[in-house]
Amino acid sequence: MTDFIAPGQPGSKVTYLPRYDHWINGKYEKPDSGQYFENVTPVTGKVFCDVARGNAKDIDKALDAAHAAAPAWGKTSATERAIILNKIADRMEANVEAIAVAETWENGKPVREALYVDIPLAIDHFRYFAAAIRAQEGSAGELDNDTVAYHFHEPLGVVGQIIPWNFPILMAVWKLAPAIAAGNCVVLKPAEQTPVSILFLMDIIKDLLPDGVVNIVNGFGVEAGKPLASSPRIAKIAFTGETTTGRLIMQYASENIIPVTLELGGKSPNIFFGDVAAEDDAFYDKALEGFTMFAVNQGEVCTCPSRGLIDTKIYDRFLGDVTARTNAIKQGHPLDLSTMIGAQASTDQLEKILSYLDIGKKEGAKVITGGERADLGGELSGGYYVMPTIFEGHNKMRIFQEEIFGPVVSVTKFDGFDNAIEIANDSLYGLGAGVWTRDMNTAYRAGRAIQAGRVWTNCYHAYPAGAAFGGYKASGIGRENHKMMLDHYQQTKNLLVSYSPNKLGFF
Amino acid sequence: MSLPSRVDYTPEAAELLLKLTKINGPLMFHQSGGCCDGSSPMCYLKGEFRVGGSDVLVGELVIEGVEEAIRVWMSATQFEYWKHTHLTIDVVDGRGGGFSLESTEGKRFLTRSRLFTDEEWRVLENSPVTTGA
Repeated sequence: MTDFIAPGQPGSKVTYLPRYDHWINGKYEKPDSGQYFENVTPVTGKVFCDVARGNAKDIDKALDAAHAAAPAWGKTSATERAIILNKIADRMEANVEAIAVAETWENGKPVREALYVDIPLAIDHFRYFAAAIRAQEGSAGELDNDTVAYHFHEPLGVVGQIIPWNFPILMAVWKLAPAIAAGNCVVLKPAEQTPVSILFLMDIIKDLLPDGVVNIVNGFGVEAGKPLASSPRIAKIAFTGETTTGRLIMQYASENIIPVTLELGGKSPNIFFGDVAAEDDAFYDKALEGFTMFAVNQGEVCTCPSRGLIDTKIYDRFLGDVTARTNAIKQGHPLDLSTMIGAQASTDQLEKILSYLDIGKKEGAKVITGGERADLGGELSGGYYVMPTIFEGHNKMRIFQEEIFGPVVSVTKFDGFDNAIEIANDSLYGLGAGVWTRDMNTAYRAGRAIQAGRVWTNCYHAYPAGAAFGGYKASGIGRENHKMMLDHYQQTKNLLVSYSPNKLGFF
Repeated sequence: MSLPSRVDYTPEAAELLLKLTKINGPLMFHQSGGCCDGSSPMCYLKGEFRVGGSDVLVGELVIEGVEEAIRVWMSATQFEYWKHTHLTIDVVDGRGGGFSLESTEGKRFLTRSRLFTDEEWRVLENSPVTTGA
């Protein structure tokens, strides 16, 4: 018996519908094609509902609804929108266990992460942007005695958003909250691996939003994502995913001259300077946990600290201690609160991770621990589980350069500050990084020298709404979180006003 | 030794590529990096994805029954880290993967890899590569 009962079983907090249509204009709409696809839980590998298979006509219908709603929604006061965002947050808080269980069942993550991290962060995100939009002001610039430049924020109108499967609700909320706070209407396409937990959430909050403000169309990328991303009827496209699709989305955006924000992953270094082991104290313990964060969400995080860079001075001791910590990770049923690592989100994701374990071994990396698929027995035998894995090797190996998106960390040693930074920056990506040291001068210099958008310093995998998140290099364009995110969903209107009664004298 | 191939395919991949060609027309691949659906070969209609000077032609898949060879591309910066490995495009059950064409078939292309042998690498190391420029 697990701590939370699986959806659909007697006594469960969650009942998924047997079939989900598109969410368009405040109601469920059947797909144009009449077709549905099966939605599998990675916990057991079994189908638990069917989902509408959207196409270009469904996307157009959703865009019709969004465009119909946009003029009125864009003119609501910031106060009205903030009140709605706060009500959404309150409603989510009252249903946090059900939403967490729903997300776990669809994604495979341990319920303790959904319950204590993902959903509370999503709730806070709505509150943060409710506050940010209330506090946002335009400006009035007195350019000279008779000339004033007024700057106003205006919504973009209708925006497209494509959501990844690793945090099906939180990643949707990262995009939704600032977009609707800023007065936009949204057509959102969830990942086909996790299409319904966002609809489960929508069912909980649907009475709070005017019809057409948020529209959700499911389906395959090529059939539903592409028509959304390439539509001339969106004013912006936001995408989280990988580099090739990111480039393709930019290509479509260039045809329509619209802005894009892209979050495209990383290969984040987690650097442990020698002084972390100066004492065997709470901070050292925190650093060991910081290393083990590679197993958070089964490693399916764009900022997974998947490269462990350890000071040669403490290498053997530190690697021994983090291996022991990794071996203590409890793998089990995702609906048990004591489970620390759950199932990979899909069968193809599992296959890809296994292919990387294979190339890691072929390239001569040493398996310190793990390195195999895990069979947890019973009903979980059909699920997609991988042992938390530590490889030892060097930074030119492919397992150090490519995002595996699994619970796999590749470890190497460095000799001195400059060598640490050189290895850290020897990557195509620059999304996240971790720096661990007791010397704040070292921490500051390392943080500034690393080419990454987020450098966690003596912490890792914290995602407060008030801290900007986004990538350098091939990790993307733009930021999420922080009030600056509002700018990504707003136009700047400048009224340049002359209060002089006199002509220039030119004509 | 003649120039070794850098990329190959499994019979299962060939079968699916033949089917996708019949449905869609001539195809291409671009190997993706990074994040959720990434580190996977993305299959598009030929010309759908614009390649340029920052892309390397890894190889061409010549498949029986498929009229036009399927070109496999990768970004040049990524190729620097991949060039010592031979790639095999395989297919597994799955879903999703950006806008890749096979997702509608309940399949997902997957890149398997091995190191080039010393003999292969001696030939390849100094061979020029073609870009999309």
